[in-house]
Amino acid sequence: MRWLGAAFLGWGALIGAARAEEEATRIGDAERGAEIFAKCAGCHEIGQGAVHRVGPHLNGIFDRKVAQFHDFRYSESIERARRDGMVWDLEHLDAYLENPKALVSGTRMNFPGLKEQRDRNDVLAFLRQFSASPQDIPEAAPTARKREVELAPEVLAIIGDHEYGAYLSTECTTCHQIGGDYDGIPVITGWPSEDFVVAMHAYKRQIRPHPVMQMMAGRLSDEEIAALAAYFGALE
Amino acid sequence: MTLNRRTFLGTGVAVAAALQAPMVLGAGKPRVVVIGGGAGGATAARYIAKGSQGAIDVTLVEPTRTYYTCFFSNLYLGGFREMPSLAHSYGKLAGNYGINVVHDWAVGIDRDARTVTLAGGGTLPYDRLILSPGIDFVEGAVEGWGLAAQNRMPHAYKAGSQTELLKSQIEAMPEGGTFAMVAPPNPFRCPPGPYERVSMVAHILKERNPTAKIVVADPKTNFSKMALFQEGWAKHYNGMIDWIGGDFGGGNVSVDPDAMTVTIDGEQIKVDVCNVIPAMKAGRICELAGITDDNWVPVDGRTMQSRMDQNIHVLGDASAQGDMPKSGFSANSQAKVAAMAVQAALTDAKLFPAKFSNTCWSLIAANDGVKVGATYEATEDKIAKVDGFISQTGEDAELRQATYEESIGWYAGITSDMFG
Repeated sequence: MRWLGAAFLGWGALIGAARAEEEATRIGDAERGAEIFAKCAGCHEIGQGAVHRVGPHLNGIFDRKVAQFHDFRYSESIERARRDGMVWDLEHLDAYLENPKALVSGTRMNFPGLKEQRDRNDVLAFLRQFSASPQDIPEAAPTARKREVELAPEVLAIIGDHEYGAYLSTECTTCHQIGGDYDGIPVITGWPSEDFVVAMHAYKRQIRPHPVMQMMAGRLSDEEIAALAAYFGALE
Repeated sequence: MTLNRRTFLGTGVAVAAALQAPMVLGAGKPRVVVIGGGAGGATAARYIAKGSQGAIDVTLVEPTRTYYTCFFSNLYLGGFREMPSLAHSYGKLAGNYGINVVHDWAVGIDRDARTVTLAGGGTLPYDRLILSPGIDFVEGAVEGWGLAAQNRMPHAYKAGSQTELLKSQIEAMPEGGTFAMVAPPNPFRCPPGPYERVSMVAHILKERNPTAKIVVADPKTNFSKMALFQEGWAKHYNGMIDWIGGDFGGGNVSVDPDAMTVTIDGEQIKVDVCNVIPAMKAGRICELAGITDDNWVPVDGRTMQSRMDQNIHVLGDASAQGDMPKSGFSANSQAKVAAMAVQAALTDAKLFPAKFSNTCWSLIAANDGVKVGATYEATEDKIAKVDGFISQTGEDAELRQATYEESIGWYAGITSDMFG
């Protein structure tokens, strides 16, 4: 019986694999998808050595149930989708990429969506390379890329003053919603501290291109950035 | 005075008296009264109530139960927003933050007794008073126009029924008719506002009444985002808009609401709609308090306290503070500094150095958004500009659309920051 079960399972996996391979070649242009993925790479890593950042890493995402990492803090809406049994299959990934809020209304993913089917197909083809067989390509270049700005260790080591951060945060909450809702302006609550600090320094040095954020970050000291990271990082 | 548990339990008679008339005994919590429930007042009330966690008693006086934001009301005129999407209530401020919301008009301030008199007859005592009443119009600013004429020639510069009236008049314009605007002199609420409005009126006329004309009589020789607006008008509404600036007699204007005529530099024209935006001054309660100087209230930007009475903080459009434009964003920014200063004065909360910022988005046509912004700091003399930016002419459509979408996000952000 056990033998039979194993054989059955093996057969099922083979069928799945064959279908997946066929689909993987049909989804889209993975190379072009890798370029489009630059839009995602600010928050998501993928490939060898990828770790969670603002968003979870995306290795092995195909056909996985949503919100499966115990070491990542998901939004309540994504948790609800997990409880509802949602799976990241091609259909759901496609819908999510097209308009994240349409699929999961309260998601923290601040992304307006890829409106072109071709763009989504290409990104999905790219993502597919980093999910389990048959298209498992461990030697593929990881997108765990270098940080946008190189910061001295002592800058990253500053422990932010929470109370000062609470005061400074009031400048941010005119646009960024403290409740974590997304209506066109990115959510900045619950970020890992280092990502927050790096992002703010990237604006301050005008590497990131947004004029309002360049101006706002431009007059923040290292301590003030650390204070904001501490304050917003602790918010749900 | 401190009221500890033992004295509370031990002096039942005194407590009963205190509950009946706390203002007489002064035994209760410090009291803050906020007049005006807009971008300045609602934000200040919310931040003080939230920050003090019940240690300060906050009362918000606002005549209307439903507040319509002036910002984004031009988008309603252009057909990009519905009126209900600009409406906000005070339920969360009362329910979630324990703010005592009083729907009444403040009609008097006794600065010696530190009390506010309400039209309904009540009196509110305060330890600190925050005034954020917005604007009123200077009487006689436009010859021939007065508040009595506001139904014939709406100002629509306080959002709500005036905005709806103006929109219905635009929609009822005859084919090829004329829309006139009398623009205000500096300083006034929302510097790009009249020109965004011109853009939105042009947008709706282009759809419904493409041979109609727009004439703007403006006492100024230049205005906020002028190059961006003029580029946009030429691109989207070519030949439709005639802007007559101060150099060409735009400031020499009179109106006749009965005859529906506007006379600009001696030349009389018959118009179908006339939007008169008169010169402005601080909301009338500031005059009644006796703290205005030349129409506005001078304040110390470090705390937003009136230069004439340190128990009164004045926010937003009504204040004369220095370099910040009169905008909802500015009022919201100033409210947070005032909230911090008030808490530091009345409790043991910390006082940090004041920081301010402002960004104004404007919509020129569908998905064609632009913005201007700056950061500010408080010096002894004034709120002084530190740094700034402005959208550039010739930007591509994708960036303009992103700017517009960002403004929608900002609207959601600031209104949740104001109303909870």
